Amino acid sequence: MTDFSYTILIPLIPIFFFLIIGLTGHKMKPIISGLIGTTGLSIAAILSYFTAYQYFFNTEKIDGAYQKILAFNTVWINFTDKLHVDMGVLLDPISVMMLIVVTTISLMVHIYSLGYMKGEKGFARFYAFLSLFSFSMLGLVLATNIFQMYIFWELVGVSSFLLIGFYYEKPSAVSASKKAFIVTRFADLGFLIGILILSFNTGTFDFISLTDIHGTAIASGSGIAFMGLSTMTWSLIFVFIGGAGKSAMFPLHIWLPDAMEGPTPVSALIHAATMVVAGVYLVARLFPVYAISAPDGLTVVAYVGSFSSLFAAVIACTQYDIKRVLAFSTMSQIGYMMVGVGVSRYGGHEGLGFMASMFHLFTHAMFKALLFLGAGAIIHAVHSNVMTDMGGLRKYLPITHITFLIACLTIAGVPFLSAFFSKDEILTAAFHHNKLIFFVQLFVAGLTAFYMFRLYFRIFWNRDTHYHHTPHEAPLTMSIPLMFLAVASIFAGYIPFSKLVTSDGLPLEAHIEWIVAIPSIIVGLLGISIAFVMYKKETTIPQKIGSSFKLLYVGAFNKFYFDEIYLFVTKKIIFNYISRPVAWFDRHVVDATMDGIAWITNAVSFRIKGLQSGQVQQYAFVFVSSAILLGILFIYLFSI
Amino acid sequence: MNLESFLLMRHELVLTIITLIVLVAELSVNDDNKRKVISIATVLFGINMVIGFLPNMAGILFGKMYINTDLQWTMKNILNLGVFVVLLQSVAWLKETENKIKISEFYILIFSTLLGMQFMISSGSFLMLYLGLELATIPMAALAAYDRYRSNSAEAGVKLILSAAMSSAVLLLGISFIYGTTGSTYFDVVALKYTTAPLQTLAFILFFSGMAFKISLVPFHLWTADVYEGSPINVTSYLSVISKGASAFILVTVLFTVFNSIALIWKPLMYIIAVLTMTVGNLFAMRQQNMKRFLAFSSIAQAGFILLGIIGASNIGMTSVIYFVFVYIFSNLGAFGVVSVIYYKSRKENMDDYNGLYFTNPKLSLVMMLALFSLAGIPPVAGFFGKFFLFTAAAESGYYWLVFIAVLNATISLYYYLLVVKAMFINKNETPIAYIKTDWPAKVAILICVIGIFAVGFYSGIYQYITSISFGI
Repeated sequence: MTDFSYTILIPLIPIFFFLIIGLTGHKMKPIISGLIGTTGLSIAAILSYFTAYQYFFNTEKIDGAYQKILAFNTVWINFTDKLHVDMGVLLDPISVMMLIVVTTISLMVHIYSLGYMKGEKGFARFYAFLSLFSFSMLGLVLATNIFQMYIFWELVGVSSFLLIGFYYEKPSAVSASKKAFIVTRFADLGFLIGILILSFNTGTFDFISLTDIHGTAIASGSGIAFMGLSTMTWSLIFVFIGGAGKSAMFPLHIWLPDAMEGPTPVSALIHAATMVVAGVYLVARLFPVYAISAPDGLTVVAYVGSFSSLFAAVIACTQYDIKRVLAFSTMSQIGYMMVGVGVSRYGGHEGLGFMASMFHLFTHAMFKALLFLGAGAIIHAVHSNVMTDMGGLRKYLPITHITFLIACLTIAGVPFLSAFFSKDEILTAAFHHNKLIFFVQLFVAGLTAFYMFRLYFRIFWNRDTHYHHTPHEAPLTMSIPLMFLAVASIFAGYIPFSKLVTSDGLPLEAHIEWIVAIPSIIVGLLGISIAFVMYKKETTIPQKIGSSFKLLYVGAFNKFYFDEIYLFVTKKIIFNYISRPVAWFDRHVVDATMDGIAWITNAVSFRIKGLQSGQVQQYAFVFVSSAILLGILFIYLFSI
Repeated sequence: MNLESFLLMRHELVLTIITLIVLVAELSVNDDNKRKVISIATVLFGINMVIGFLPNMAGILFGKMYINTDLQWTMKNILNLGVFVVLLQSVAWLKETENKIKISEFYILIFSTLLGMQFMISSGSFLMLYLGLELATIPMAALAAYDRYRSNSAEAGVKLILSAAMSSAVLLLGISFIYGTTGSTYFDVVALKYTTAPLQTLAFILFFSGMAFKISLVPFHLWTADVYEGSPINVTSYLSVISKGASAFILVTVLFTVFNSIALIWKPLMYIIAVLTMTVGNLFAMRQQNMKRFLAFSSIAQAGFILLGIIGASNIGMTSVIYFVFVYIFSNLGAFGVVSVIYYKSRKENMDDYNGLYFTNPKLSLVMMLALFSLAGIPPVAGFFGKFFLFTAAAESGYYWLVFIAVLNATISLYYYLLVVKAMFINKNETPIAYIKTDWPAKVAILICVIGIFAVGFYSGIYQYITSISFGI
């Protein structure tokens, strides 16, 4: 057995650098703190690659299946012999894959930010928070038990909050960070309830014993409990609510577009590649439990994912802020991943969806980070987020242009680029499992190609905008990550995922099913062509279409008024009819009682000062008489 | 006696040798160089502490009079660490001119009392326990009267010696009854023969009163008010942290090993005393304006919480007591450290003087805040876990009402601890305490406390270790 105990260093290195930069960052030159953070992440990334190599190629498999390896474990809080919270490192195909994703993207963002954030106030703070985020995310993916995952889950939420609100002098950034925190925190309440029910039923927090398909945990709580679903199903649905919050699934998606107020590298790292897929990861982590004892839970996951992906894709077609388009596209792509796990079952070829979902998670991380970093380079050059301020940029930003084009082609599912393979597997899995979801996802694939190329043509072609300053290509620190990620986006599809990351650890035979692939290619190309016609040059077709589908267009443009609905529900209904009466009760009943108690306590405390006379003979008297009284009392009670 | 038995009681032997060296040093340096004793004594004690941490050998000496297992070894090391912090905090104070000629006395006295406590911890017989107790108490009175020209310091000394004499008399009466009814003073023999016969119950209550006096449990606490107030700050911190912690260690071991057959009796007794101590201690602490008195009184309430662990009477119970004392040493000494730095640099020790402290002395204020949070039991600092485990121990044995009362008391204590935090961070002040440059020994001491407050809470290995050496009934 290979010794993996060194993997504990992977999360510890970022937290170490967080402390260094956080405590001494204000004293050093900004660039030094950035370099320190980048160095730390590089070490963590190298260790992760080494771990992945060791795990996939140098570790003995049992019956040809990859095993879960407990690389490091320590009991943190011991409640009882059975129930204890551990901290440790769990290695299995998905956690090792996530290690690669998180450290790679984080490293790219670290390097990129050296250029992007140059000269910003709070440069060191930015790097400290990046390190904190990397630590939290790595702790989350390596968690050995659901409680550890929950702790890091919250830490991820906090660091996301800190990074969205990085420009804390900007009111919109502050309210966006609050919104993200409150919405995800609200969803986490579901997660917590899920954890409590789950651990109450199974008597364990531990992932290995929870997901052991022959174990006792997985079989418990299978009886019908409430509304036709078993306790296990309910607990897993609650857990999924937490996942849906972090992954911005409908209807908890409202924080993601606003989160784009954060610096663009942060959006690339957190709100595209790593944190938002935590929900998918969570479902994947508990996948055997879902698949075997709560298939109804998976159905919920599939439908929520499918609806979210359609919903977000429609909205993305109408947005003008380039980062928001990307945000909705992220939501839509995560919907795909949810569909992937949702339509999957445990083991063998049934597990195709699971594999495809993880595959898509991986490729998506690469091309979506590339898109965001590219968008960052554009914003850096144009000083605007809005696509109406752009156009014809291909002449000024050649590298950004090419890499952005590669990313757009990838996400559109053009054959032989990475997302073609991963999306195709998801569609295949959906095709065999649920035809309705398959057709929805096929349609979304077309929409995706359309809105991405709308974005692409509006930015790089269309009319020649006159710029105040001639836009100039980003510095090398920014273009190197772009190029690296472009290469990754092209070739990540050739990684044999079906041999490495599967639901049961056994290799899977996956091949392209042309009956699914050909329609998806056609739909993709169709989307691109429509965008080409409408946006390659400045035309009036978009306005005409917009006005002929006025209701749909206005609805989508306003994100179907979900923010307004939430505001109405919270401000008008909850605040008026629940919070006010509660506040009244709190002020006049609870506070008054407490004030009364406090007053009594104070009065008593004033009185007993008299006991403290300062006379030793009195002290002696109290001492002896108390001893005698206690003696008499206890002899009377227990000895006679 | 051979070499191995020497090694077995190395805590006591090294401490004795150090005390003798300080005595010799006192004689051999002239009056102008007395301050050298400070560094000699502190460094020597540091070495003693390190030697204490070397791997332990368990064993029994002097025909079961002296017992040293991993449990005793750990308790002594915890105390050593605490005393080392106290010594570092006292440096600035001892350097004042008025203390110039009596520096060595401080060290000799403090080492003697510590020696007494260590003998008490290791005792295997009531005789040994009593000798240790006297050694730990009598020099303490001299320490309390250290500023003998200040009338309230002298008064503190006299009151302590008088009260202690009386409590010793009561305790000794208890021990003689124990001897009379069981025919032995050895713990293992007594444990076998102890029943709930009336005389034995009375003997136990008398013995317990004597111990309760040391831990200042209500109603045996009255001496504390005057003594804590009159003694110099560093002596007060020693009294209310180290001496109290040591006595708690001894109480829990004796109750679990000797009196385990009458747990039926002492559990309700602990219940009553715990409720009284927590409540009365809190009510006293609430009204204090003087920081030293405030901390000292709040330590009475903290002692009440310790009883919750004892009442659990399980492995977790003993673990939680030791763990709590360990955490409590760091938290309370951290707070006392800040108070003493501020007092000896500015002569201010009222809560009102602390108004706006954060704006002139941010670091000291942050340390103070951390220490108070830990004392109040706010997560995630160590104090939270300390209280949490104590409550767990009591709840596991079914004492839900007691835990409820304890939680109420913890809330009350939160109120007055936060008053200080509010004073430092929120209240405005026209004439705040000017910026204070902390002397480096005190800085080291405060740093140790801060690290302790975090590390003991987060690093679970400590708790695991204590669990492994503890036992229940």
